[in-house]
Amino acid sequence: MSVRDKAYIVGVYEHPTRKADNLSVAQLHAQVAKGAIEDAGLSPSDIDGYFCAGDAPGLGNMSMGEYLGLKLRHVDSTETGGSAPIVHVHHAAQAIAMGKCNVALVTLAGRPRAAGAALMLKPPDPDAPELQFERLYGPATQNGYAMCARRHMYEFGTTSEQLAWIKVAASHHAQHNPNAMLRNVVTVEDVVNSPMVSDPLHRLDCCVVSDGGGAVIVARPEIAAKLNRPKIKIRGMGEALKHGMGGKVDLTYSAARMSGPAAFAEAGVTQADIKYVSLYDSFTITVLFQIEDLGFCKKGEGGRFVSDGNLISGVGKLPFNTDGGGLCNNHPANRGGMTKIIEAVRQLRGEAHPAVQVKNCDIALANGIGGSLGARHIAGTLIMERV
Amino acid sequence: MSNQRKIPAPIPHPETQAYWDAAQQQKLLVRRCRACGEAHHYPREICPFCWSNDTEWIEAKGEAEIYSFSTMRVGPAPYTLAYVTLAEGPRMMTNIVDCDPDKLSIGQKVKVVFRPCDDGKLAPMFTP
Repeated sequence: MSVRDKAYIVGVYEHPTRKADNLSVAQLHAQVAKGAIEDAGLSPSDIDGYFCAGDAPGLGNMSMGEYLGLKLRHVDSTETGGSAPIVHVHHAAQAIAMGKCNVALVTLAGRPRAAGAALMLKPPDPDAPELQFERLYGPATQNGYAMCARRHMYEFGTTSEQLAWIKVAASHHAQHNPNAMLRNVVTVEDVVNSPMVSDPLHRLDCCVVSDGGGAVIVARPEIAAKLNRPKIKIRGMGEALKHGMGGKVDLTYSAARMSGPAAFAEAGVTQADIKYVSLYDSFTITVLFQIEDLGFCKKGEGGRFVSDGNLISGVGKLPFNTDGGGLCNNHPANRGGMTKIIEAVRQLRGEAHPAVQVKNCDIALANGIGGSLGARHIAGTLIMERV
Repeated sequence: MSNQRKIPAPIPHPETQAYWDAAQQQKLLVRRCRACGEAHHYPREICPFCWSNDTEWIEAKGEAEIYSFSTMRVGPAPYTLAYVTLAEGPRMMTNIVDCDPDKLSIGQKVKVVFRPCDDGKLAPMFTP
């Protein structure tokens, strides 16, 4: 049993806001759901499956299902942090393949920027077994990823200038996105001269904090066939957990090393077939890890691979995050997975900005890393094809 | 000097109480499995490698080397987060304290010290 060819992405929508001062979290989820169902050309009453994660307010798909007036026969609130929407698309495809639903809605939205970062931090769960062995040492998001970057530099000779190329490429794409928070093209020097946040990561190695969100509609093939939209088929998917391994900590790779091969095997394609990639860019180093772990270059060669504009659409071999990504465009709810799917679908439909549209983009990959690269995280890899 | 930030006190669980009690005596404990022989961290009753319940506390020598580290430059005061590799095998998250963060390096030898959390209880950290 496989999800290959069993489900299609028929609707996507990205909220244009980047600061939602006058919108509630529930409103944001509802607005992106409405946008996606309209994009699909379907009716809200067609939705019979709903997928959302910890960014959804209240009791998740209960609270939002009621707010939206949905009639559901399949629900899933799998929580994998920023990779959740990609995992949700996987689970939606599984549910559709099993006949458990026909039209699945996936939403992600939040307003950490309007609320202030402090308000977003829910009190930590004292029952989490790792908490007492970590929290006192001050593991913020930045320093966890920074430790990965430093170890990668130590083992493979990766440099800050090489990491900076990832931000440079994102900025080249963001200049064409009127909704992007950071639209100025930056240079390698701009990145490495920006203030140090947690060494070796600089301010411009970090993603933005933004409000907003997005939604995806996944449907069975018979429904997709009736819609007047480009057909985006799910070819293959993988998900995997990586953690501290009982103290055998290894900060040189991500869970994408496991989720990627599963997705490629199911899709029956290779790295050479992928025309565009959406990679979760919480930090520049996150992108580097995914490029290596997904097999676009050998482990340790990511620094050279991303240099000299190799990720810039129309310039390099592996165009990535053509909306500007989390590094320049947005990072709604502090979770980057949803916007990764949406830009990949735009590319496959030929609906990306003309300046960044990849020619003949028939197969694309979206990858998310949820949790922390420096501790436990779950990767989701999604390979899609325009048919 | 290195600890001007808030250091939230750990909340022990029954299976880890001995670890934190030992820390108050300035001893670092590691959990080891009698069945498979592997030491692990953080400590659990059930071995994460073989799922045996036959696990025991051993006292660590307190010797380690830095696996990776990063010094946070934003916030009330800089502090250095690290993973160190204990002589007994496991790597643990910790802070490197009483040091010049710019002079640290991967592979550097460090030794355990005990520093107070906000409630005065001691927690293991490492210093060059």
